[in-house]
Amino acid sequence: MQIDRQTSATIGCVIGGAALLAGFNLFAPAASAAHLPDFVVSLAGKYLCYAILALAVDLVWGYVGILTLGHAAFFALGGYAMGMYLMREIGARGVYANPVLPDFMIFIGWNKLPWYWYGFNHFWFAAIMVMLVPGTLAWVFGWFAFRSRVSGVYFSIMTQALTYALLLAFFRNDMGFGGNNGMTDFKDILGFPLNHENTSVGLMLISAAVLSAALLLARQLTGSRFGRVLVAVRDAEARTRFLGYRPESYKLTVWVISAVIAGIGGALYVPQVGIINPSEFSPGNSIEAVIWVAVGGRGTLIGAILGAFVVNLGKTWLTNALPEVWLFVFGGLFILVTLFLPRGIIGLFSLRRRPAAERRSAAAEAAAREVAG
Amino acid sequence: MPRRGGGIGRRRRWAAHCGCRLVAVLLLMVALPIGLRAADDPFVDIAAANFDQVARGVQELAVSGSPRAVPVIKALRDGRLFAWRWPRPDAPLYIRSGEGFVDARTGAKTAAPAPANLRRVIVNDAVRAALDTAGGALDLYAKSAAARLKAANALFQSADPGALPLIERALATERDAAIRSVLQEARAAALLKSGTGTDAERLAAVHEIAARGDLPARNLLSSLQGEPPAVAAVIGGAIHDIDGRLQLWGLAENVYYGLSLGAVLLLAATGLAITFGVMGVINMAHGEMVMIGAYTTFVVQRLIAAFAPALDNMGLLLAVPAAFLVAGALGVVIERTLIRFLYGRPLETLLATWGLSLVLQQAVRSIFGPTNQDVSSPPWMSGAISLGGLTLTINRLWIILFAALVLAALMALLRWGGLGRSIRAVTQNRRMAAVMGIRTPLIDALTFGLGSGIAGMAGVALSQIDNVSPNLGQSYIIDSFLVVVLGGVGNLWGTLVAAMSLGVVDKFVEPFEGAVLAKILVLIFLILFIQRRPQGLFPLKGRAAEA
Repeated sequence: MQIDRQTSATIGCVIGGAALLAGFNLFAPAASAAHLPDFVVSLAGKYLCYAILALAVDLVWGYVGILTLGHAAFFALGGYAMGMYLMREIGARGVYANPVLPDFMIFIGWNKLPWYWYGFNHFWFAAIMVMLVPGTLAWVFGWFAFRSRVSGVYFSIMTQALTYALLLAFFRNDMGFGGNNGMTDFKDILGFPLNHENTSVGLMLISAAVLSAALLLARQLTGSRFGRVLVAVRDAEARTRFLGYRPESYKLTVWVISAVIAGIGGALYVPQVGIINPSEFSPGNSIEAVIWVAVGGRGTLIGAILGAFVVNLGKTWLTNALPEVWLFVFGGLFILVTLFLPRGIIGLFSLRRRPAAERRSAAAEAAAREVAG
Repeated sequence: MPRRGGGIGRRRRWAAHCGCRLVAVLLLMVALPIGLRAADDPFVDIAAANFDQVARGVQELAVSGSPRAVPVIKALRDGRLFAWRWPRPDAPLYIRSGEGFVDARTGAKTAAPAPANLRRVIVNDAVRAALDTAGGALDLYAKSAAARLKAANALFQSADPGALPLIERALATERDAAIRSVLQEARAAALLKSGTGTDAERLAAVHEIAARGDLPARNLLSSLQGEPPAVAAVIGGAIHDIDGRLQLWGLAENVYYGLSLGAVLLLAATGLAITFGVMGVINMAHGEMVMIGAYTTFVVQRLIAAFAPALDNMGLLLAVPAAFLVAGALGVVIERTLIRFLYGRPLETLLATWGLSLVLQQAVRSIFGPTNQDVSSPPWMSGAISLGGLTLTINRLWIILFAALVLAALMALLRWGGLGRSIRAVTQNRRMAAVMGIRTPLIDALTFGLGSGIAGMAGVALSQIDNVSPNLGQSYIIDSFLVVVLGGVGNLWGTLVAAMSLGVVDKFVEPFEGAVLAKILVLIFLILFIQRRPQGLFPLKGRAAEA
């Protein structure tokens, strides 16, 4: 397995950074300046999960050219699967002290667990569902869409419609997923109490590890022959089809893999923020994920990770310092990036490098011509 | 009152005491016959101290047809009726109006009697009941037929058995056929509620009510308990019939609401379809154009109220061109400063316009505040028309009309106008149009302006039926997209058909499954529909369209 320099550098940064944060939080004495407060750890964990989502979006957008405005749906579905496991884990420690039924079900008057909640008291089942549910939805939606060659703007609108429909559906209280309040008040995961700082550090480290693994997987995918066909599909779909490939299958495969990655990101996100509710499905969230990738640089997986961190750091800082300004900045970011930074931040770096190389090659050519006369 | 000086002597006091008693007995001897006699004069009854007598007096006054009946009853209800503190044969009654007093019998202003002599005429439940029936009864003899009809309907609704004599008396004098039939229904209702009458009579009454056939009739029929089997069977059948009829009317009402929703969607989506057709860009800030149109209406109304109050009724008519110009100008500016540079990159345009929508929303929020703004409806847009069981609100009717007018104007422009021809040319084949001499950048800018202008006019219409807030655009943007996706961009007819179908289907499913599920089903339907026709109902045809 070949890992290029950029990828290994990124993985090193991610894991190293996470380890440093963990160290400063756990081992620095609480009073010293070097101690990182707990919320920084959970914030870092949240950003890492967002980076996983951004990676998933970059896979489909950067490499296959599908602008997805509904990827937060897969993120949220994975989150809900994890949330269901965590709700069952509460057991009899909830407000209504029912060992089987979560609080919100008793609140709306149900006395039996619906069939789709069976099995979520086992972690392995929940882990499978985290991957299976977003993957299945992506497969069904993608099969219908790609088969009819829906593409471009139409496809983007349909993904937005999909996530909007899910938003409306999950807002209903009688769906059995917590309704407009969502699921919260989680107690522990796999026996580790969620409000303990060790658990949050552990979750953050796991998120960092999963991000690295996802990056490796994506790199493998895109660096192989499969990846080349993807780029061909992105740039010239008709030609690729006439050369004998089936673009629909390639698109569908990447679409499903991307959805599964997003679902895993969502599953890691929920225990770290402690709540999952239907607003995670909102179309705005998906569009935000797209802008992370656009800012970082699409088509380069590390750009997605970079963009996710940069934009979210900015958001956290601005909404604290100048809240009224945030939406202007955020909206302006969309406009600026599309107009002036089509290749994102990563593109800025590579642009600077190219002129120097070009200058050198131009000089060499001129010298060669002189010699040749 | 404190006794003045203890020195008058007990004898004098005894004499005074006897004297007072004598006067009291004499007075009683005079007053008692007056009080005992069921007074012909209802005013005397009202002035009496006995509550039942007051109630009787109110009833008498109501049916007497006296012109003073209404003010006296109103005053009694408001607590402004005053009688003399002690019984008097002439039983004066005063109504306090404003600062002064008015004689109840004549309505003429009188000098204010000493407060010590006055007693407010108070009401108890019996009197209150009499007042309520009297209110209705008074209107039964009102001059205008509309008031009489209203009173008759009120009597039907209340179905008070005690009102039977009242109804009979009114039937005796009523000439208008429509009011007579309502009075007969009211009599039937009162009879049924009273629980008396033979089976035949009750059966006849049920038929009378069933013939009326609306919701209050149905409610009345279903509230009847303990009827003999023959009558109960007829009641059951009548309820069934009425339900069927009500369902039909409900369906028609849903179609109407669906059409009005479709009209709004049409206005909102047409601009989007035109822009997408010509330039291939989906403008995510389109909803904000609608919102800006709505805010323009608000500003225009405020300006008129401040500077030209005489034009108040015309406010909306002035807002339409104003919204078109404001939103259109903004659209042209956006196109020149933003969209132009993203030519050929539709997905990036989508993102950039989404960012723009956030900026516009926040700008409006900063200027006007995040709360809803008040936009008033002119009087010619208020009210409703009744067609049988159907109630059509007039403002929605105007919106449907307005949408039809705008669509017709747009179609005319596209078909015959110079700009319209250029727009169609650029939509069909941009390169060829440019080669033929059409200045495509100008057409782009004007098209964007036109689309945004139409969205602004949609905002004017929306301000009448929806809240005007910075989030107004967000609620309609996804629906507009779906209309464009469904209808295709080749033809405005596609937009029309798509908007109307989406609106009607949405409203049809709503009563069965609820608004949310209706939306979900529409979305699923759309996803499946796209499989069959990926380019929408009316796609552009030809090789250039594929590019």
